[in-house]
Amino acid sequence: MIERGEEQVDRILSIMLRTGVLIAASVVFAAGIWYLSRFGGQHPNYQAFHGEPEGLRGLTGICKGVAALDPRSLIQFGLLLLIATPIARVAFSVVAFAVQRDKIYVALTAVVLLVLIWSLTGMGYAPR
Amino acid sequence: MNSVEFTLLVGLFGALAGFLGALTGLGGGVVITPVLTLLFGVDIRYAVGATLVSVIATSSGAASAFLKEGFSNIRIGMFLEIATTFGAVTGAALATRIPTSALAVILGVVLLYSAILSTRPKPELHEASPGDPLARRLRLNSTCPTPHGWRPYAVERVRTGFALMFGAGALSGMLGIGSGALKVLAMDHAMRIPFKVSTSTSNFMIGVTAAASAGVYLHRGYIDPVLAMPVMLGVSLGSLLGARHLSGAETRKLRIIFGAVVAILAAEMIYSGLTGRI
Repeated sequence: MIERGEEQVDRILSIMLRTGVLIAASVVFAAGIWYLSRFGGQHPNYQAFHGEPEGLRGLTGICKGVAALDPRSLIQFGLLLLIATPIARVAFSVVAFAVQRDKIYVALTAVVLLVLIWSLTGMGYAPR
Repeated sequence: MNSVEFTLLVGLFGALAGFLGALTGLGGGVVITPVLTLLFGVDIRYAVGATLVSVIATSSGAASAFLKEGFSNIRIGMFLEIATTFGAVTGAALATRIPTSALAVILGVVLLYSAILSTRPKPELHEASPGDPLARRLRLNSTCPTPHGWRPYAVERVRTGFALMFGAGALSGMLGIGSGALKVLAMDHAMRIPFKVSTSTSNFMIGVTAAASAGVYLHRGYIDPVLAMPVMLGVSLGSLLGARHLSGAETRKLRIIFGAVVAILAAEMIYSGLTGRI
């Protein structure tokens, strides 16, 4: 059985991805300029790995940092928006398959969505 | 070098990598980790975190463009994403447990392999076949546009493709790359999906695969905002420009030059890993 007629879903997905990347990139760019205008004279050192401070590792920490007007947190928030873009795309796919009453694909897509949410929220991650 | 200089320089290299990566189809992500570690002396864990973020940006941008052309097969993508996301989470968890020198060697080998693969001629449509019964049940078979109108295709060896995708996802999570070359290999060679469908569906999947490992990296503190910013912006801008110049004779020459650059970086990564300098 061959069917097309899913062009509308393709179009919405296409717009979602492009908008997500554009918004994320704008936030990162603006926050980056802000950061550099304040701390541009510092000398970065990435040779030794220390890991990011706790406040830049989780969703709540990053949001708190944004509220406290920390430019690094705002860049990280922009990166979060970018990571959220494909996740939003998967969430939309669940809905699109549900509308088509395609039960197998609703289930398959929901599994992917759960893994993504599990990974991003850090559930199952125990701090050292 | 202060932060402003460092950001501009990294952004410039990112843009160049993105431009050449898009032109040659290798992806900008594959060279940015070696460039950061070898040229800028960045710890491989920070480099991998920053690269992974840029991979989400470029693949989402490319997927957006491909979706409009009608080559992407969303069902194949969604089905195989189960394998790649579980693979990615596994790979990202593994990355925090294996020594960085081993990571460098594995990355070098994957780079070398991708460079060789990119020089191979691209097969067009495979011969018609009845396909895997499992593909029919999962409704993976579809049609794609050709110069002679829409043409149907059937998917073969679904289980093999699924298993290969788990591996591609694991490498992606471990090394912070999109591993597009491996994804295309699994779809094109094992599952016999038309090449253009394979590449555009692969782009569609890379963002989701990368997002799965990005969560793990974020919580482990691998994603530094100040480093990721120029990498992500540079690579995205470069890829955008590269995608607009996709044809022409220079592209072939560039492909060879870029392939050689990737091979040299790969050899350097393997050497640095083996001698314990990374």
